[in-house]
Parts: sequence; structure tokens; C-alpha cells
Amino acid sequence: MTQTLQEEATNTPAHGATEGKREWLKYISFSTDHKVIGIQYLVTSFIFYLVGGFLATLVRTELATPQSDFVSPDLYNGLFTVHATVMIFLWIVPAATGAFGNYLIPLLIGARDMAFPKLNAVAFWMIPPGGILLMSSFFFGAPGSGWTSYPPLSLVYNKVGEAIWILSVLILGTSSILGAVNFIVTILKMRAPGMVLNSMPLFCWAMLAASCLILLGTPVLAGALILLGFDLIVGTAFFNPTGGGDPVVYQHMFWFYSHPAVYIMILPVFGLISEILPVHSRKPIFGYKAIAYSSFAISFLGLIVWAHHMFTSGTPPWLRMFFMINTMIIAVPTGIKVFSWLATIWGGKLRLNSAMLFAMGFISMFVIGGISGVMVAAVPFDIHVHDTYFIVAHLHYVLFGGSVFGLYAGIYHWFPKMSGRMMNETLGRVHFILTLVGFNLCFLPMHKLGLEGMNRRIAEYDPKFATLNLVCSIGAYLLAVSTFPFIFNALWSIFKGEKAPSNPWGGLTFEWQTTSPPPHENFAIDPMLLIAPYEYGTEKAKEIIQAGPFLATAAATEA
Amino acid sequence: MQGSAIDSQAVVNYQAEVGHGHHGHPDYRVLGVIVFLIAEAMIFLGLFTAYLTFRAVAPTWPPEGTPELELLLPGVNTIILIGSSFVIHNADVAVKKNDVKGLQKWFGITAAMGAVFLVGQLYEYFHLEFGLKTNLFASTFYVLTGFHGLHVLFGLVLILGVLWRSLKPGHYSSSNHFGVEAAEIYWHFVDVVWIVLFILLYLLK
Repeated sequence: MTQTLQEEATNTPAHGATEGKREWLKYISFSTDHKVIGIQYLVTSFIFYLVGGFLATLVRTELATPQSDFVSPDLYNGLFTVHATVMIFLWIVPAATGAFGNYLIPLLIGARDMAFPKLNAVAFWMIPPGGILLMSSFFFGAPGSGWTSYPPLSLVYNKVGEAIWILSVLILGTSSILGAVNFIVTILKMRAPGMVLNSMPLFCWAMLAASCLILLGTPVLAGALILLGFDLIVGTAFFNPTGGGDPVVYQHMFWFYSHPAVYIMILPVFGLISEILPVHSRKPIFGYKAIAYSSFAISFLGLIVWAHHMFTSGTPPWLRMFFMINTMIIAVPTGIKVFSWLATIWGGKLRLNSAMLFAMGFISMFVIGGISGVMVAAVPFDIHVHDTYFIVAHLHYVLFGGSVFGLYAGIYHWFPKMSGRMMNETLGRVHFILTLVGFNLCFLPMHKLGLEGMNRRIAEYDPKFATLNLVCSIGAYLLAVSTFPFIFNALWSIFKGEKAPSNPWGGLTFEWQTTSPPPHENFAIDPMLLIAPYEYGTEKAKEIIQAGPFLATAAATEA
Repeated sequence: MQGSAIDSQAVVNYQAEVGHGHHGHPDYRVLGVIVFLIAEAMIFLGLFTAYLTFRAVAPTWPPEGTPELELLLPGVNTIILIGSSFVIHNADVAVKKNDVKGLQKWFGITAAMGAVFLVGQLYEYFHLEFGLKTNLFASTFYVLTGFHGLHVLFGLVLILGVLWRSLKPGHYSSSNHFGVEAAEIYWHFVDVVWIVLFILLYLLK
């Protein structure tokens, strides 16, 4: 009892009551506090996730029957194009890098803030206008050539929407690059004394690898979009074969970013999982260096596999071999991570709370997506399933089963730290079960549909696919319903949830050594590394966890 | 397991420093500029690669009927731009000796050279016999040089911004001159990009 009281006292914000009343205003202001920016990213991207999910529900409603009867085929094209663009550029990328990267990195490395706080705020405030701009395209004829926007189709179809799409992606890409600059400098230069690269938490390694990809890949996409914009608006012929241009050059430039983008979306989530599993397994992470370095192996290989999206675009056979082999090799560093995670939870004292359930769900679902990924890497198989629902199934197992499950795990794990309140466990488990069932119901049958030849991006299909499509649509509705317990849980917990102690999970990384939520500038005293991040189960770890949050306790004494 | 990875010397040094209680951190802005320029370099690299691919795929390059490019004006322009990189470095040397007058002089000369380059570029645009949409070579020519020209313009704005700020006494000193360094690094970058661009568009036949 006494201990709870003490902890509640340390959790009270240090400033006066009048300031507290206007506290929420900082979340809609140009704040330079990395924690505020992280939460701004998280809330904004989650709102766009709901928008993208709504679009997906419309798509699945159309596909519930073989006829095109719910929306016009033209609008259908706009729905799936904007759905994909929103989910990639406005949900997973800003949530995985922007939200968790900004919130966690300074805390994990023991810094007071990011290296360039103002730049950080600028990067965030490019997201809402970029997103609203994209949404506005529905009023002018939404872009309908798919999120890949391949010319020549994108040059002749819904041109105004296409121009808006290009501008919006350029804005979001710039935001992403500015964020990456910040992450790289912060991680390399602002670690607490005693923390060398090999003793920083694994999320930092993952973010460093992902930031390098953003830095190297996104500008090339920008280059491609500038040229595409000239073709579209001015009428040049860079990618227009009728004027001597070459549409395949666009595909190369596009995928030079957009394949690494897959790793930009999954590497930070790998990092989150590497943080969550040891805490809830009460065991040191298995293979710290293997997990850390494999992030960079994935980054490097990720830059030289892009043409596997173009096996049917007239890519010469010798080049297809090169990209096929590289793609398959990526399974090795990814497998190293998966086996290290399994070895981490093996024999641990598992706590099956919502965060851990989503983390374990992540591993199982991601592995399915990973295996179908190796399948589509094989040229002959890819030629068979190219542009079919097999690809749709594969990418959703990676991006939803992987990234989104991991993001949910992250939200459940760090919600107490971000808000100072615990989330409801029962609702969390209901959310997990609904998500897992809905997800598999929606996407597992798509493998079969794709193998049997159902094409993606088409509103009408052969009636023989009707039954499985109806199952997929029911799964999609279940998935839509599954977000309600989560939203209710999060909103209710922010206001009425049980007060969170500083270290609810018994974690060893720096963020658990300060108050929940952490004070302005994070730590009362400059932190230094007493113990490597994952030494769970050792005597020293027990001492540190029992002694309580040392970086916050000192704050109380100082005050 | 990773206990060995903790840098114990740093901890000891740090413990010695704790008493000072400083809350700021060193200035990493120059590093930030360099990291950002990696991204900038990638845009140009992407555009250059696209150009080389168009060139390699086309049956004849430049496409038939493309007028020859004059080398004299762009050659002089190249010399001016490369020269300006040496000039701007003098400003850096000057500010490190607390010589703000020297900084202003060298930045002023660099700005003038940059402006001459831009005027020369525009002059060339108006006297070329092909337009943006003439053929694929013409389009890549204008987009590449135009995109680079925008970077020169931005560099010029940076330089003029530094000049403006340097009018305030004590704004730049030997210990505090991030703006000078950033403008200089950016200017060198724009210069290097031009050299590659010049070779690709004008010299490579």
C-alpha cells in the first residue's frame, strides 16, 4: 500500500494545476518534445489506419459478390489505391518509425530529446496536410492505378487524382527522410555514457537500419515521382513509350524505394518485438548480436532485390536469377531473428498478457508471410501468381500479420509508460482473439484464390470464386469489429484506467527507470548504463528492478 | 551476456563529470546536414541512373535531330562554379580566425559567382534550339539541369542568409559558425553534382 502511494506521488506531473489543465493543448501544438511528437504520430497514424480500414471494408463489400454492384468500378479502383497508400505512407511507416521511433529512442538511449527537436516537429506536421491532401483526391476522381502508379496507365487515368497522389507521397516521403536524419544522428551521437552500439537496446539497431533504408531509398522514389509528375502535367515522355520513354525505368526506380519500404515497415517492428519478448519471458534475449547485425544484413540485401517485383516486366532471365537468389537469401537474416525470438521465449516464465499475445501472434503470422515470400521469390512460381490474390495474401501476412500485430504489441506494452495508466487486460485479449481470427479468415483463403488464378485489383470476378470471397469479406468485417474493443479500451484507460507504476513489467531498459509518463526531458539525472538491456533473471537485474526506478527516485529526492 | 559490451571507461569518466550537471549536448547540426545530403545525393543518383538507362536503351542517343550542345558557355560556367568552391572555403578559414569581415568578403564573392552561374544557365536555356518536350534527351537535359539549378538557387539563398546574419555583430565567431559551415558543405555538394552532370550531359558522347 505504502509503495503504491509513493509511486503515485512520483507519477504526478511536477508542474502546477493551471498548467495541467492546458496539458492536452500541447498535443495539437508545434511541440518539440519527442514524447509529445511520438504520441502525435501514433494518434494521427491510427486515425488514418481507421480511414484505410474503412476503405478496405468498402473494397471487401464490393468483393463479397462476383458482380460489380456496390460501387462503380471507377470508384473501386480509387478505393484500393488510396487504401494501400494510406496504410503504407500514413499508418505503418509513420507509426513504426515516427511514433515508436520518436517516443522510444531518446528514452531507450538515455537522452533528453532527439538531436534536432524542431526538425522533428516539422517532420510530424507534414503528415496531416499530406494525408488530408490524399483524401481530398476523392473529390476530383481518386487516383486509380494502384499504389504503384505504373505508367502508362497512371498517365491517362484520373489525372487530377494522380497528380494529388504524387504531391501527397512527395510530402510524406520528405517527412520520412527528415525523421530518418534525426534518428541516425540521435542514435549515433546521443547515447548515455557507457552505452556502446553493442549495448544499446535492439529497437535502436532496428531503427538505425530502417533509417538508412529511408535515407537511401525514399529520394529515389522522389526522383521517380518528379519525372512521373512531368509526364503527367507537362506532357514530357520519360515513361511514355509513345514519346520514346521507357515505363520499365519507372518500375525500377519505384521498387528501388518500395521494396526497401517493406523493410522500413517491418524492421522497427522487429525491434519492438525484440524489446517486448525478453521482458515478458523474464529471460535475456537470445543472440543479441545476431539480432542486431541481422537488421543491417536485411537492410543491405533489401536494397538489391527490388526487381523481384518485375519478373513479368520483361526483365532479362540472367537478371531475374540475380534478384531471385538475393531475395531468397533475405530469408536467412530474417530466420536468424525468428529463431532467436523463439529461443528467447523457450523455457521462459511467460506472461500471456495482451502485449505478449500480440508479439507471439506477430511471430506466427509473420512466418506464414515470410514463407509465402520465399515462394513468390522463385521466378517460375512468381510468373504463375503475379498480380493474383496470392500476392495480396502474402503482403497482408507481412504487413498486417507482421507490422500491425507488432504495432499493437508495442501499444499494449508502452501504453502505461505513455499515458501513466494501465490498459484493461480482458478487453486486450478479446481484441487479440478477434484480430487473429478475423485476420486469418480474411487473408488465408486468398492464397487459394490466387493459386486458382483470381486477379487482384478487379471489381468483378468469376462466380466460381464466390464462396471463398464471401469468407474473406466476413473476415474483413470481423477485423473491422476487432478494433472497437481496442479503441474503447484505449480511450477508457486514458481517463479511467488504473494508475500505472513506473515499471509495470519489470523492464530493465531506461524508459522503465523513470516515471510513467516520463517528465519533461525524461530523466531527473543523466542516466548511465548499469546493466546491459536484457539481463533478465540475473541477480543484478533483480536488485535493479526491486530498488525501483533509479532515474526517477533520484528525481524525487532532488525535488 | 552483454555485460562486457558496457564501456566501463566511459562510465568512470562520466561519473567524474556528473557534478558539473550540464544539460545541453554538443552541436550535431553539421552531422545532420551531411546525413541529409546523403538523401539529396540519392535523388540525383536516381535521376542520373534513369538518364543512363534511357541512353542505354535508346537505339540512337541523343535521338536523331537533336542539335549539338555548345560547350563554351557551360564550360565557363563549370569553371566559375568549381572556382566558387575554393572561394567559399576561404570564408570558413576566415571565420575560424574570428575574421567576420573576411567571411563577408568571401561569401559575397561566392554569391556573385553563383548568381553568374544561374544567369549563364538561364541564358543557355533561352538560346537552346530544343525545348522541354522536343525529345527524351531534351526532357532529361532540362529536368536534370533545372533540378540542379534549383539547388544552386537554394545554396545562394543560404549564402545570402548567412551574409545577412553576419551583419549582426558577434553572430558568427570562431566557436559558433554552424550557418557558415552548413552553407559551405551544401555549396560543395551542389558543385560536385554539377561536375557529374556536366560530364553526363555535355561530355559523354
